Amino acid sequence: MSQIVFAKGNEAMAEAAILAGCRYYFGYPITPQNEVPAYMSRRMPEVNGVFLQAESEVAAINMVFGAAVTGVRAMTSSSSPGISLKQEGISYMAGCELPGVIVNVVRGGPGLGSIAPAQSDYWQSTRGGGHGDYRTIVLAPHTVQELVELTMDAFDLADFYRNPVLILSDGLLGQMMESVVMPDPQERRKTGWLAGRELPPKTWALTGAKGRAPQLIRSLLMAPGELESHNLHLAEKYAAIEKNDAQAEIIGDPNPEIVLAAYGSSARLAKGALEILKAQGIRAALFRPITLWPFPTQALAKLAVKADRFLVVEMSMGQFIEDVQLAVAREKSLKQVRIELLARPGGGIPLPEEIAGRAREVLA
Amino acid sequence: MPAHFRVKVDPNLCKSCELCIAVCPKKIMVISDQKNDLGFRLALCTDHSACTGCMACALVCPDVAIEIIRTE
Amino acid sequence: MSEKIIFTRTEGLKPAATTYCPGCGHGVAHRILAEAVAEAKALERTVAVAPVGCAVYGYDYWNFDTTEAAHGRTPAVATAIKRVLPDRLVICYQGDGDMASIGMAEIVHAANRGEKFTVIFINNANYGMTGGQMAPTTLIGQKTATTPYGRTSEEAGYPMKMAEFLAQLPGVKYAARGALHKPGLIRTAKSYIKRAFEIQEAKAGFSIVELLSICPANWGLSPLESVQKLEELMLPIYPLGLIKDEGPKKEGA
Repeated sequence: MSQIVFAKGNEAMAEAAILAGCRYYFGYPITPQNEVPAYMSRRMPEVNGVFLQAESEVAAINMVFGAAVTGVRAMTSSSSPGISLKQEGISYMAGCELPGVIVNVVRGGPGLGSIAPAQSDYWQSTRGGGHGDYRTIVLAPHTVQELVELTMDAFDLADFYRNPVLILSDGLLGQMMESVVMPDPQERRKTGWLAGRELPPKTWALTGAKGRAPQLIRSLLMAPGELESHNLHLAEKYAAIEKNDAQAEIIGDPNPEIVLAAYGSSARLAKGALEILKAQGIRAALFRPITLWPFPTQALAKLAVKADRFLVVEMSMGQFIEDVQLAVAREKSLKQVRIELLARPGGGIPLPEEIAGRAREVLA
Repeated sequence: MPAHFRVKVDPNLCKSCELCIAVCPKKIMVISDQKNDLGFRLALCTDHSACTGCMACALVCPDVAIEIIRTE
Repeated sequence: MSEKIIFTRTEGLKPAATTYCPGCGHGVAHRILAEAVAEAKALERTVAVAPVGCAVYGYDYWNFDTTEAAHGRTPAVATAIKRVLPDRLVICYQGDGDMASIGMAEIVHAANRGEKFTVIFINNANYGMTGGQMAPTTLIGQKTATTPYGRTSEEAGYPMKMAEFLAQLPGVKYAARGALHKPGLIRTAKSYIKRAFEIQEAKAGFSIVELLSICPANWGLSPLESVQKLEELMLPIYPLGLIKDEGPKKEGA
């Protein structure tokens, strides 16, 4: 049964995780995600789950690793500086092929930065962040409703691919209150992202070697050729994810003269700009990746067939724009197109009027 | 008939560390000239009739290479 | 005439030769640990965490489920495993670099929370796998790959007595230090592990058994010379014995 609630992004996300069957949460305080551990500390005992305030972000992600080893659904959340610390554990999870969900309520950086919303962890999220040849699935919701839905999907994706999944929220989304339909998780499994796909049984989980030979979870592969074949196996999995699970939303004019490209909170603001541009008689579309990795390259390349003016809107100094350029370049030489950047880093927020204004400049 | 003991050293496991030799109260463990595939010279009990079955050699062996058999 | 095998490899160990150096204490530590698990009839309900260090290969030898962990995060991983599976025997095997250096935060907080798993801590006064560098447990004056002139307290502080250090925390219900170089000491060390398991199974709290071990290859000594050095130099700094037992009373005691 779906349920309508009025909730803060961080808390709605936490409840969605519980609805998705997550009973193990390990976290550490950092703004602007503090509502998540507070909520989990209240809720987990009610559902016979475990909330544990770890001694550090490093410990928290390694607790997620430990819980994942046993085959249960586990998660952690943090904000940018804390996510930097978690990269060690994320790399080990990717290497050991352990599922788990990590939420980054992004704040400004580098360093301690500020607690204002930002999108400056794009590279860190989509390029690995930790050491080694690995990928994490990165989901970028733009409303609290989508944050809730993608949180549920994140656990399914993690289990389906035996891979860590990162949800890229931000201070805006985490702190915002909206009315949300809390989906029925069973219903979502049947009709949502992974509809029609069976989640594989976790025969690899360690629960004690009862009725079977002892099992091992490891990422140390020292025998000649062993790591290379593991890396090739991972690459094959990543290729399947790229093929099957890149998602984007494309809205606006079907024959755009300009394409706005934005994700997360920036995309929400860009939707406002789309309305303004439409009212001014400008044919504009919005390309909003829902997965930042895998990047929905094909969806954007298709738009590039129609349009040759692009405005990339991001709350960072030109990170996301690189993936836009790479995707557009599939279809057209970058010399034939104009890809401009509207960057608002360090807590700056691109308002719809500003975006629409820049779009008109790009067209001029 | 009193019990007799036999010290069996697994040639695939012994690494010639000599710890068994030092702890044997009867001083009947030695390093032999026989080598295993890794090039380690194997520990050997030279006088089974003197072995008391105290298991000191087996307990101290880091490679669990020693088995003690009691015969009655 | 009847024949009886009175000492043989425990079913807690796989029939595999270890890759450890001749004389290395990990072999005996693995054996007594595996025997203790088998004697607790827990081979089918044990989940162990192997550290980064030489003993990462523990999983090639132990006949029970084992996971790796990132360097020093062993207690964090064990914490979650035990929280999810409170009825399993959870073992956290650590070396001196793993526990006393990079994993200090994880071990102190797991101990302080009274996490109900057992830590086997191998103290050989240096980093083994990386080639004999200084560890927090390295003795004053001891030469290592990174203290070529010997460790000085002015530059590198003092040897850390982890068992005593952790025993101060109320969450820790059992702490003992044993050694692995003599038959009698090995028997005692195994009795410590068995008692630590009792404490874990009684859900009393955190238990740690520190085991002094030789590291002949990195100490640059033969195994027998290493034993002598351990007795001469390590025992005065790291006294053997029970440090704390606040578990439920033993039956018949």
